[in-house]
Amino acid sequence: MSANTLEAAAEESHGLVAHQFDDAEQQHEAATLGMWAFLVTEVLFFGGLMLGYAVFRSKFPDAFSAGSHELDVGLGAFNTVILIISSLTMAMAVHSGQVGNKKGVALFLVLTLLFGGIFLGVKGVEYADKFEHHLIPGLLFDYHGEAGAGVNPKNVELFFFLYFAMTGVHALHMIIGAGIVLVWLLPRALQGAYGSEYSSPIEMFGLYWHFVDIVWIFLYPLLYLVGRHQ
Amino acid sequence: MWDQLRESLPLFPDAASTIAGEVDTLYFFLVATSLFFSGLIFVLIFYFMLKYRRRSEDEIPAEIEGSTVLEIAWSIVPFVIVMIMFGWGSWLYVKNGRSPANAMDMHVVGKQWMWKLQHPEGKREINELHVPIGRPVRLIMTSEDVIHSFFVPAFRIKQDVLPGRYTTVWFEATKLGEYHLFCAEYCGTEHSLMIGKVHVMTQADYERWLMSGEGESTTSAGERLFSELRCDTCHRPDGVGRGPVLDRVFGSQRLMRNGERVIADESYLRESILTPQQRVLTGYRPVMPTFQGQVNEEQVLELISYIKTLGGDSAGRAR
Amino acid sequence: MSAATPVLPSEQTAPSYLTASFGIRSWLLTVDHKRVGLLYLATISVFFTIAGIFAGLIRLELLTPAGDMFQADTYNKLFTMHGMIMAFFFLIPSIPAVFGNFLLPLMIGARDVAFPKLNLLSWYVFSVGGLFSIISLVTGGVDTGWTFYTPYSSTYSNSSVITAGLGIFITGFSSILTGMNFMVTIHKMRAPGLTWFRLPLFVWAHYATSIIQVLATPVIAITIVLLALERILGAGIFDPRLGGDPVLFQHLFWFYSHPVVYIMVLPSMGVVSEIIACGARKRIFGYKIIAFSSLAIAVLGFLVWGHHMFVSGQSEYAGIVFSFLTMFIAVPSAIKVFNWMGTLYKGSIVYSTPMLYALGFIGLFTLGGLTGLFLATLAVDVHVHDTYFVVAHFHYVMVGGALFGYLGAIHFWWPKITGRLYPEAWGRLSAAIIFIGFNLTFFPQFVLGYLGMPRRYHAYPEEFQVLNVMSTAGATILAIGYMMPVIYLIWSMRYGKRASSNPWGATGLEWETASPPPTENFEGTPVVTRGAYAYAEEGAVVR
Repeated sequence: MSANTLEAAAEESHGLVAHQFDDAEQQHEAATLGMWAFLVTEVLFFGGLMLGYAVFRSKFPDAFSAGSHELDVGLGAFNTVILIISSLTMAMAVHSGQVGNKKGVALFLVLTLLFGGIFLGVKGVEYADKFEHHLIPGLLFDYHGEAGAGVNPKNVELFFFLYFAMTGVHALHMIIGAGIVLVWLLPRALQGAYGSEYSSPIEMFGLYWHFVDIVWIFLYPLLYLVGRHQ
Repeated sequence: MWDQLRESLPLFPDAASTIAGEVDTLYFFLVATSLFFSGLIFVLIFYFMLKYRRRSEDEIPAEIEGSTVLEIAWSIVPFVIVMIMFGWGSWLYVKNGRSPANAMDMHVVGKQWMWKLQHPEGKREINELHVPIGRPVRLIMTSEDVIHSFFVPAFRIKQDVLPGRYTTVWFEATKLGEYHLFCAEYCGTEHSLMIGKVHVMTQADYERWLMSGEGESTTSAGERLFSELRCDTCHRPDGVGRGPVLDRVFGSQRLMRNGERVIADESYLRESILTPQQRVLTGYRPVMPTFQGQVNEEQVLELISYIKTLGGDSAGRAR
Repeated sequence: MSAATPVLPSEQTAPSYLTASFGIRSWLLTVDHKRVGLLYLATISVFFTIAGIFAGLIRLELLTPAGDMFQADTYNKLFTMHGMIMAFFFLIPSIPAVFGNFLLPLMIGARDVAFPKLNLLSWYVFSVGGLFSIISLVTGGVDTGWTFYTPYSSTYSNSSVITAGLGIFITGFSSILTGMNFMVTIHKMRAPGLTWFRLPLFVWAHYATSIIQVLATPVIAITIVLLALERILGAGIFDPRLGGDPVLFQHLFWFYSHPVVYIMVLPSMGVVSEIIACGARKRIFGYKIIAFSSLAIAVLGFLVWGHHMFVSGQSEYAGIVFSFLTMFIAVPSAIKVFNWMGTLYKGSIVYSTPMLYALGFIGLFTLGGLTGLFLATLAVDVHVHDTYFVVAHFHYVMVGGALFGYLGAIHFWWPKITGRLYPEAWGRLSAAIIFIGFNLTFFPQFVLGYLGMPRRYHAYPEEFQVLNVMSTAGATILAIGYMMPVIYLIWSMRYGKRASSNPWGATGLEWETASPPPTENFEGTPVVTRGAYAYAEEGAVVR
């Protein structure tokens, strides 16, 4: 049967192997390779931001320490723990799928969503705090910190530009991930679509979610822990 | 008639500087190599098209799998040729990048959409540059806004002109005449009109030209600014001021508070005036105010000209 | 051209992909890679036309030394949008999105690509990105040059920079999705017996291209994000007033934009290999070497971006390193050219339209590539950087190179795609006109460049006029040449002779199925027992 429209293809994929593949194994290998290729693109995407950070941190070390000092280490640490827990619940979701625990898949997806939501909520609190203290670049930025005379406020503005760019892009990836769970994976999981025969989408999303977590593991020390020794 | 043809259909630019001939020689080598190889390919294509054209429908040529010898040969030969190009080009580039010690410093400020030039003796020009023949001239350049590029085809020189930074280029003119000056980095609406002329004159004519019209020299303008802006209250030559003594500072190596060692070139001096908190000299407190907004780029260059003269000795002595 | 026995309609057991379903929904919701390829063909043709018209207007303005046809701002927008649309919305998709999509599954004996729905999505993403660039056109245009250098683009330009940037950002995802799809397809879905070294070189070329698409595109994406943020917030890492660095933008921009030119030319080289092997009826000389050269070009392409920045204020040492590495890339490219010549040697050559384009590619790419060496040579680049020499160089490799490959592909696979033959005489005539028009347009620009005429100028000194007039004359001929295939190709869709499954007598799995192919591509999965281009082997060519 030729499936040459989206509708026909949709019908067929409720059968487990899509028409272009010979068998489920080929399909699974293809999906895995595809997701890893996509994650490589994400590494390059965040890599550009990391490069910018590296260049300006080496140029303005004091300003970066000063800017980092304005960030709340405690909240950042809390968020790091939250995100790691969400990666754990995501791994549990994948595992549930693989052993056929369909209820577990749904449950752990919900938990992942929950912890992701807490992370984003905390980030919202942090962003609001920066807004109150006039630390958003371009929006009446005004640095009045303790570092004082040795630091050019304009360079601190540069730190915050990178802070918002990096954490903002990261948060966007989390929101998109949450959206995918909410709109696509969770409804299907609740219908019992993911079990030991077919849990590829959960696995692929798991890879994505772990990647987003790893990016944060880099961002946290680079952004929050720079000013510690001052 | 030939002159008319040459004027309306020029095929090659004037060579009016010490480096132009060298660049042209390398260029001709590249042209010859390119003509040889592209000619070879074109001729071979036509030759093969004729000699090996299909003569009958069932014709099947013999298989030739490949030839390792040929592959090696036509990898090594091009590689050697491009390495020659690289070596020659880099050597010329590095050699031509070093400005002679006795070069006359001139200041260039590019802005949308004009070139502002200032001679050390003070004379200012817009979109025109008068220089004497046979003397090396070094241009210290910056932009007030976007990236521009200072391009004089006849001299074979080009250098991007950046905001917030100095870049330099030097030349020594070898032919009298008038030559195009172009902006070669797209900079907005009137980019095509950010052009001018370089006038190469005899030394005598140049001096006569300098005399005409007024202008305090950049150095005395800098001295005036140094006093007007009260720089002298902190940077006192007797060493009791809150700022470091500036005698013989230009070209010396400085130790910063954070251990960094910096050569005090034009960029360093500019940074010290506009963003003094960036680097603070060891043993001093970060109390110098910024002069950003109080001085424009040309005034910064004038201050630097003056500072270069402090201490009486020639610049460039390492401490 | 051989007149093989046509596959009669009654012999076909499955309807062709063109007639399997009708109506606009069946096209807009298709997951058939062949239809997706045609969707791309339609869209990129529109963009080529728009950008081509801009080129025509530019050449008209440059007939006279004064900037008397357009206002400066308008002219600046014309060359910006010509470059932007040609690069991002024509050249980058061209061969991969049209021919890669159509042919890769056929060439490897698969029913479709690995992710057909993502394939369709990539076309929608591409179209949305293209829509944003049209919006930026309509809301006043962009005037930053396709290179968007800061701080002009981040702070000073009053044009629709963010809209245009958004368009490019979105389209980038189309490129990434296509690259991912091809990589997985080639890795996982080859027919039994089709080992890597039996693959057609077209497939190798697309594999190398996919690597670049996946690795490089994200970098331009983040660069655009940073540029847009800086423009919106009025603060950022490229602004010298904050201590930022405008040259950093150039590094980030060129880290993508240099590899991107290899995205443009590698597929074209793959096409040339296919056409030359068929046109000379001979195995490609040095098959493995060409395959590895494609990979080498893909990898080396990432190491040379700084050769666009020799006079940018980057250090002398950086310049030397980048010049050195750039010289390396010349070698695999030269190797390919020599290997193609080796294929022609003692071959049995026809002068078909695709062959004319392929041979044209070899000559023009050689010239274009050699002039790249001028730009890689530091001392010479100082003089010719940002002049018409650069403009001439990149048009030689992008038009004489990439576009000639594209046109060759259109003619070579036209019978397969449409089931019709185009009129060969008109094909050859157009190829000749395009070749002549192209050279007349761009060769004088090398001379103009060394004379010192800067690029992106709408007014120039009088002594440059004769060469500019020559160039515009060439552009007129070129425009005529471009319009001819549009006419006769469309004509052939209705009135052209019907094509057999293998009108060219070529090797390759795509020629072993009907023209046009059925939706599922093959009746059953083919099994491959020989290498590519086995022209001399008994039974290799299935007519």
